[in-house]
Formats: sequence, structure tokens, C-alpha cells
Amino acid sequence: MIHAIIDPFVDFAFMRRALVGCFALSLGAPPVGVFLVLRRLSLMGDAMSHAILPGAAIGFLVAGLSVPAMSFGGFIAGIAVVLLAGAVTRSTMLREDASLAAFYLVSLALGVMIVSVKGSSIDLLHVLFGTVLALDDAALILIAAIATLTMLILAIIYRPLVLECFDPNFLSSVSRLSTPTHFLFLVLVVLNLVGGFQALGTLMVVGIMLLPAITARFWAQDISNMIVVAVAAAFASSFIGLLVSYYANLPSGPAIILTAGAGYLVSMLIGVQGGLLWQFMPRRHLEA
Amino acid sequence: MSEPKLPAISFNDLTLGYDRHPAVHHISGEIVRGDLLALVGPNGAGKSTLLKGIVGQLKPLSGSLSLDGLKSSDIAYLPQQIDIDRSFPITVFDAVAMGLWHDIGAWHGLNRERSLAVQEALYTLGLRDLGDRSVGALSGGQFQRVLFARLLLQDAAIILLDEPFRAIDTKTVEDLLRLIRRWRTEGRTVIAALHDLDQIRAHFPKTLLLAREVIAWGSTKQVLTAKHLAEARQLTEAWDEQAQICERGDAASERISA
Repeated sequence: MIHAIIDPFVDFAFMRRALVGCFALSLGAPPVGVFLVLRRLSLMGDAMSHAILPGAAIGFLVAGLSVPAMSFGGFIAGIAVVLLAGAVTRSTMLREDASLAAFYLVSLALGVMIVSVKGSSIDLLHVLFGTVLALDDAALILIAAIATLTMLILAIIYRPLVLECFDPNFLSSVSRLSTPTHFLFLVLVVLNLVGGFQALGTLMVVGIMLLPAITARFWAQDISNMIVVAVAAAFASSFIGLLVSYYANLPSGPAIILTAGAGYLVSMLIGVQGGLLWQFMPRRHLEA
Repeated sequence: MSEPKLPAISFNDLTLGYDRHPAVHHISGEIVRGDLLALVGPNGAGKSTLLKGIVGQLKPLSGSLSLDGLKSSDIAYLPQQIDIDRSFPITVFDAVAMGLWHDIGAWHGLNRERSLAVQEALYTLGLRDLGDRSVGALSGGQFQRVLFARLLLQDAAIILLDEPFRAIDTKTVEDLLRLIRRWRTEGRTVIAALHDLDQIRAHFPKTLLLAREVIAWGSTKQVLTAKHLAEARQLTEAWDEQAQICERGDAASERISA
């Protein structure tokens, strides 16, 4: 049994690389996802992944299959959308979701336009769906660097960020950190999406960011515990997902995200914080 | 904070509003340090607007407002609780501890002394056993106590309360009023937007009656008269799209120069 679990990683370097890459991703992305979920911005992760796609595609057109070029392109596109949407939100009456939707749709269309005009039959499949079993050194270093930076920045802005989610009025009444905190957080969202698309693709990277975070809500009552649970869930999904893809000969990226999805379904049923099972098996109430 | 005659907040022909339409018009006067002032008026009278102006969330359309010798960080402000996410997974202790922001900022930790201060605030507000509870599990009254505990820790010279007793039972209101009286004896300036006139007569020595402009301002007994209240009630809430440009400030200065 233990051999079945360990051997694929012992025998094959590509499996080890995939595991390390996913673990690094699991350290940075799920905590960011927790804050997205708590700020009711879950769908923003999805929108941002669309905004990044054209930038990555342009990088691909210019420099071919180059990790730095595609990441840089994706990062620039994502940051541009975030900054423009943020600026519009803070200076007009539009809400953040509306201005974000407007900019990411424009960004997406622009990307498709550029690719079409170029007229080449470039295979963008790996940008869309990732290549977790073919992570090279550059990709691994990028993912690890982003995970490190994410944890550092989150540690620095943790308190204002929590307060910005819980009671933004109070934060702006006691400090001026509200706006910088918000933008730094959005930068983290973009960074983690960029870091993840090598492995899981621009679309599915949102899965490793959000599914563990949503799962964690069923287990933890406090935000710091929620982050721990989310990271643990992402680790487990990466490990189990890779094994499943190895033995069942399935694509790895979707296997990891589907495992995370299974974790969510199970938690929804038996999670101690409002899981469905407990609602169907009411225990007798306490005295006080 | 012992000299009672010093002004805390001065209004100089202050007009506040939204999108050029004034919500409070041409206020002049000052609130002295140590005042316990009730802000009264019908809905739409501009009570919340005035409080937002004092904390600096709203820039004056004209005129000015000054905090004499005080910084905006000396103000603690409890808005009508609309923007707080009560489903957020945070414990009562942590939520209250945020009141120490002026002391710990974004990065300092809670040492023993500060933790004790938080415990004491919880105790004062009758929340002693609820520290580990998540804020989502609290009743409306308990949650208001949490906000007051946080205010207590903010240790501010000026405390602004926007309808703090809405939908709160009498026992809780009594406890909160006791805290407000304590703040007054500590020399703090407390300004509260309120509706319950009997409560104001019982607990607030001074009142500002507002109906988009000052109807009356002074000792509560002289302000809350039938005549003044009737005057305030006639306030029209109409938002006049065709409103003329207000000449009052200019006309006054012309008269002076002429």
C-alpha cells in the first residue's frame, strides 16, 4: 500500500516535479482564495484568469513556449485590468464587479483578436489547460518564488486585510492602509494565477485557489484556522490527484481539481460547520 | 482633558452634501470638550451627514470645520452598522481587540497588558464569557455591545455614535448609556444621533436639533420644545433637481462688505 503511494514519485522525476510544483502552489493560492471567498469575490478569480489569458497568449506569440515571456505577459495583462478597474471603481459610481467585468471582457476580446490576426495555428491548449507533468526548472522556481512572496505579503497585510473584509468603514476610520491593502491583495491574486497557469492552465488554476478555500469554510470557525485547512486541503488534492492521474492514466490538472471538488462535496456533507448531514440528524439542543 | 471650556469641534458656515445638493446647510458654532450632545432631527435631517463630515469622510461643499488641537485619529466613530460583515469568521475577542489599532497598528502583537485591556473591555460590556464565540453567533444587542467594547478600547477624545440604540432592548440601552456617562466623566466629548426624546431629556444635557439646518442648539430643555420640534417636522425631504445655486454665503459676505 505504502509503495503504491510513494513509488510513482520515487520512480519518476516528472511526478516529483509535478508534486513539488503543486505543493508550492498550494501554499500561496488557497490563502488568497480564502480572502476572495470571504470578501464575496469568488467569481473575481475566474474573471481575472480570463484577463490573464490574452497577456499569456501574446507572450507565447512573441517568444514561443517561454515561461518568463508568458508569465510576464499574463502578469501585465492582469495588473492592467485590476488597476484600471480599481481606478474606475474609486472615481465613478460603478461597483467593482461591474468595472472588473467590463475590463476583463475587453482584455479577453483583445487577446483573441491578436491571436486571430496573427493567423498562426498556435496550440494554446497548454496555456488553457496547463502541463503539470512537464514543469521545467524555470517554472518551478517561478511558482516557488510566487508562493514565498505571497506568504510574506499576506503576513504583512494580514490584519488590515482581515479588517477590510470584516469592517471596511472601521479600517478607513483608523488608518489609511485600506487602499494599499486592497491593491496589494489584488496583485497577489494576479501573481498566483500567473504562477499556477504553467501547471494547471489559466482556467483551472482558479480551482486550486478557490475550491480548498470554500471547503475550509465547512471546517473552521476562525479565519486563521480556515487558511490552515485550505492549505491542507490543497496539499491533499495535489497528492491524491496526481496519484489518481498516474494510475488511471488521466490528465493530471483536471484530476487535481476534481479531487479538490470531491473534497468540497464531502465537506459539504459532513463538515462540522453547517454540513448537510448534521442538519438531517439534529442532535438535542443544549441547556444554554 | 480637564479644561471644559475648550472647543472640540468648530463649524464655520459649514455646508455638507452629496453631488452639490446640501444635506446640512450653513452650520456655525462649536461643540465644547466634554460635551454630551444629542443630535436630533427627522429622517433626512442630515444627522449622519454631519457625523461623516466630522470624521472627514465627507468633504465640505462650502464653509469649514476644525478640530481644535485634535487630530482625526482622536475621533472614534460608530456608524449605522450597514457595512459590517457579520458572517465573517472572527471571534468576539479579535473583533474587540481591533479597537487597539491606534496602539498596535497593523503589525504589533497583543502583549499580556493589551490582552488584559481587551478582557476588561469585554467584562465592562457584559461579554466576559463570549470572547471565543464567533461574531456570527451573537444577537443584535450582543453585537452592539461588541462595537461599544471596541469603541472603549479606542480611547478617543471625541466619540461619535450614529443611532447606537436602534433595535436594542432596554437592558442593553441602559448598560450602554452607563458607559456613555462614564465617558463624560472622563472628559470625553460624545455626540450621538438619537430619536428617543425621553431618553435624551434624561441623559443628554445638550441637544442639537437639526433639519437640514440648525433649528435649535443648546441645553436640551430649551431645545426640545414643541415649537422647535414642529418646525423641524416641516422639513421637506425633496431632492430638487432644479435647485438654484445657494447664494446665502455670498449674499452675507456682500452685505458685510457693503
